[in-house]
Amino acid sequence: MTAYFNDIKENIEKEFQSFQNWNTNSDIITFEVSASEITKLLEMLYHDFQFQFLTDLTAVHYPEKEKQELCVVYHLHNLSKRMRLRIKVYLDITKPNIPTAINLFSAANWMERETFDFFGVHFVGHPNLTRILNVEDMDYFPMRKEYPMEDPTRIDKDDHMFGR
Amino acid sequence: MRPVRYNENEKVYLNDLPENTYTGEGFMATKLSSVIGLARANSLWPLPFATSCCGIEFMATLGSNYDLGRFGAERMGFTPRQCDLLIVAGTIAKKMAPILKQVYMQMAEPRWVIAVGACASSGGIFDSYSVLQGIDQVIPVDVYVPGCPPRPEGIIEGVLKIQHIVKNESLRRRHSETYQQLLTECGIQ
Repeated sequence: MTAYFNDIKENIEKEFQSFQNWNTNSDIITFEVSASEITKLLEMLYHDFQFQFLTDLTAVHYPEKEKQELCVVYHLHNLSKRMRLRIKVYLDITKPNIPTAINLFSAANWMERETFDFFGVHFVGHPNLTRILNVEDMDYFPMRKEYPMEDPTRIDKDDHMFGR
Repeated sequence: MRPVRYNENEKVYLNDLPENTYTGEGFMATKLSSVIGLARANSLWPLPFATSCCGIEFMATLGSNYDLGRFGAERMGFTPRQCDLLIVAGTIAKKMAPILKQVYMQMAEPRWVIAVGACASSGGIFDSYSVLQGIDQVIPVDVYVPGCPPRPEGIIEGVLKIQHIVKNESLRRRHSETYQQLLTECGIQ
């Protein structure tokens, strides 16, 4: 198992300049690449290493990381060898563009829409990048960590019985 | 002891007569509006709009232990066109709001609304970007039942409050200024 992962690591190291932070200490082996190389990387893992199942695709907002505020996370699964990989791609929040993974995984369609809905990540090449869970006329991205927990000036719920 | 025999010593309670009723032996004279109010109040057809745990509690209210049927409201209708009492039990997401409004608009007059539980009344604990902060933002509400979720007794109390409204309000409430204003505020009509 470790040998197989080392093989993967060597291949990625050889071909991808932006590869960094190979982390074997967490629950799933994790590493980072840049947005420009993610499509090529997913294709390589799909065809050469049979990571053919996209378990999850989501994002995390790190407001304190300058120029790397948004982190798109891919969870890949190799069903035949029962192995998983976690790939992170950090994006600048002012231009959150990343190529879509739909050409490889059909499951990415709705997951990318959800990630766009909640974090505002722009998946370039997505055929229908619209909101999927929230109301259509929403004009903000609710899961970004840039809002106060509760508006202290609101009065419609000011009720001393509930400790507000 | 079986068979159970009717206890003749137990007092039988009759429904209250409408106000300003003149009764004598074998007859009763009252206003037509009171009779209609009495009939409406004791044959409400509820439309359960149940989305979460309050809906489960509402189901318990209909069960044999609490038995909402005792108050003439056991006939649930699952089409708004047949029903006159909309029971909104549960969290209403903002995306659900237009659907709730549409269901309300499909109901024929006269119609009444109960908001069951904290979520339907005020958004409850879900003080969040995705949850409607009380259904009274989209439709007019007659009775609010507090609780998270309310006990079946609370829901029954809410239905009794509705019955009180139905018996005593004007038959032509829908034409009153307050009601019209409420509908306009909610963007209905």
